[in-house]
Amino acid sequence: MKRALPSDSIRLLIPALSLTILLIAVFYLQPRAMSYVGLNLLFNLAVPIALATIAQMLIMTVNDLDLSMGTFVSFVACVAATFLQATPVIGVLILVAAIATYAALGVLIHVRTLPSIVVTLGMSFVWGGLAVLILPAPGGHAPEWARAVMISRPPLVPMAIIACVVIAMVAHFVIMRSSIGVILRGVGGNARSVERAGWSILGARAATYALAAFFAILAGISLVGLTTSADANIALRYTLLSIAGVILGGGEFTGGRVSPIGAVIGALTLTLAGSFLSFLRISPDWQIGAQGAILIVVLGLRLLLNRLENREKRS
Amino acid sequence: MNIFASLSRKPWIWSFVAAFVVWIATILFTGGTSAIGLSQAALTFAAFSILVGIGQMFVITLGPGNIDLCVPATMTLAGTIALKFMQVDNSLILPGLVVAVAIGAVVGMGNFALIKLLQIPPIIATLSMSFIVQSTAIWTNRGLRIKPPQALAKFTTETTIGIPHVALVALVLSVFAFILLQKTVYGRWIAAIGQSNRAARMAGIPVDGTRFVTYILCAVLAAFCGYLLASFSGGAALNMGSEYLLMSIAVVVIGGTAVAGGNSNVAGIWGASLFMFLVVSMLNTYGAGAGIRLIMTGLIIIAVIVAAGGRNPNQR
Repeated sequence: MKRALPSDSIRLLIPALSLTILLIAVFYLQPRAMSYVGLNLLFNLAVPIALATIAQMLIMTVNDLDLSMGTFVSFVACVAATFLQATPVIGVLILVAAIATYAALGVLIHVRTLPSIVVTLGMSFVWGGLAVLILPAPGGHAPEWARAVMISRPPLVPMAIIACVVIAMVAHFVIMRSSIGVILRGVGGNARSVERAGWSILGARAATYALAAFFAILAGISLVGLTTSADANIALRYTLLSIAGVILGGGEFTGGRVSPIGAVIGALTLTLAGSFLSFLRISPDWQIGAQGAILIVVLGLRLLLNRLENREKRS
Repeated sequence: MNIFASLSRKPWIWSFVAAFVVWIATILFTGGTSAIGLSQAALTFAAFSILVGIGQMFVITLGPGNIDLCVPATMTLAGTIALKFMQVDNSLILPGLVVAVAIGAVVGMGNFALIKLLQIPPIIATLSMSFIVQSTAIWTNRGLRIKPPQALAKFTTETTIGIPHVALVALVLSVFAFILLQKTVYGRWIAAIGQSNRAARMAGIPVDGTRFVTYILCAVLAAFCGYLLASFSGGAALNMGSEYLLMSIAVVVIGGTAVAGGNSNVAGIWGASLFMFLVVSMLNTYGAGAGIRLIMTGLIIIAVIVAAGGRNPNQR
């Protein structure tokens, strides 16, 4: 009998494995991608997606779901490309107000026991409307510093990869290692016992939402740093991408079972899937469909490995 | 007094009250001239939301986590292929309908197969499925706008004694859905599964079979809606379903169906669908820009859910 791995590591094994397989496939198809520039290009767009995925994961930790993630990131991108660039003080104030709004949403959802899906659905209209008001037509300029960070070229390892590792580490520390993370996951797992232990669930929900907003804001700013200009619809697909990323990374919808490192890996896998398909020269008609197929294959793989694991446990 | 008291306890009443208030507010602003036109437009456009909303409601009633994100893609694919099949030929209208329904059934089966065989959460399973369905639609459509047969286009755009035909179709299907939910064993099964999957299984309810039928039903309704919408708007477009993703969820929830499942409400979907359309047209009448309109729509959705959510604290 081998030494049993902690279940958290097993959870991570499958997402890591699928990412590795996909990466090998990409390198096989396009050996030139196996370079500093190639890797940076492959994973550039993964940075904002990874941040949005972490934000979604935080919300999912307390058994909620944020359907406004995409519009919120778009809104932040619009703010970053206009106010944050021209008048940083007002820009920061707007973003702080956005975080406060998220915290207030958490409070509202908790106090009135509302379904988070509907409240965030409503908020998605609000963020979308605000984004249209700020930037009626695509435009704006990325703040210099955001641009500088995103296109910086550190030695040896590309920026995109360093950023993803840092995001994964910070999120892992906050959620899995800090005491507040334990409370947050506890709220998702068994809210009543957390409450009996003397913690305020209301406070925990508000903190989760605020923290999620913070990560989503980073996603918006980094996205603008990459694209240099913004548009009210720039990140709409992030809502579904972020949910898919969390699930791919081994997270679950209920019970506070999430994995920050897994979520980042899930986001990387989704980004890589797009490049993989274009290297395969699949007709553009089928690109989206093939992305769906990859999602299905990875999840099927996960089921298979889970079954094997259970069989081992039983024997 | 008693009538009012019992009415105010019905979950669906609030969406109708809200729709009525918005309707009055719009009519007053225009001085009463637009009453008939507005009502007809509201009934027509609400009909499409009602069709997809009913399907989504069946799925949501199944309990936490059950949701069909494949609705817009199914609508697009069914609309595209049905119109292509009919080739502007009036004699192929009914076979075209059969084609649309068959597409819905296939997508529904695919959805459930993913959920069951791969044990993927429905939200991800239907999302992956929608990618594939959307791709198929892009592949078949090729950017062409195919016209519907004339008789069908005429049917979907005209009215009988002032009531749009599509609204009548939605009414018939709503009555059917109501009977199915309230009066048949199948309807009771859905509610039972939504309230407690485990208890339902132990009570000997065929849980998998019921879920299977429900996902097919939702996809078929979406396909049928796509068929009607494509005929109504003079052709299938690739983005024609996109706004119905959020709409189908919003009308179900505003209509008073429990998001946690186990309790559904057909009447509320009508109120909510009318309300959603009327809010947008009210803001249009008041001359609000796109941004303000979106913000107001969002705030109103939240206000309604906050007002409705406090009514019944025991209901999850």
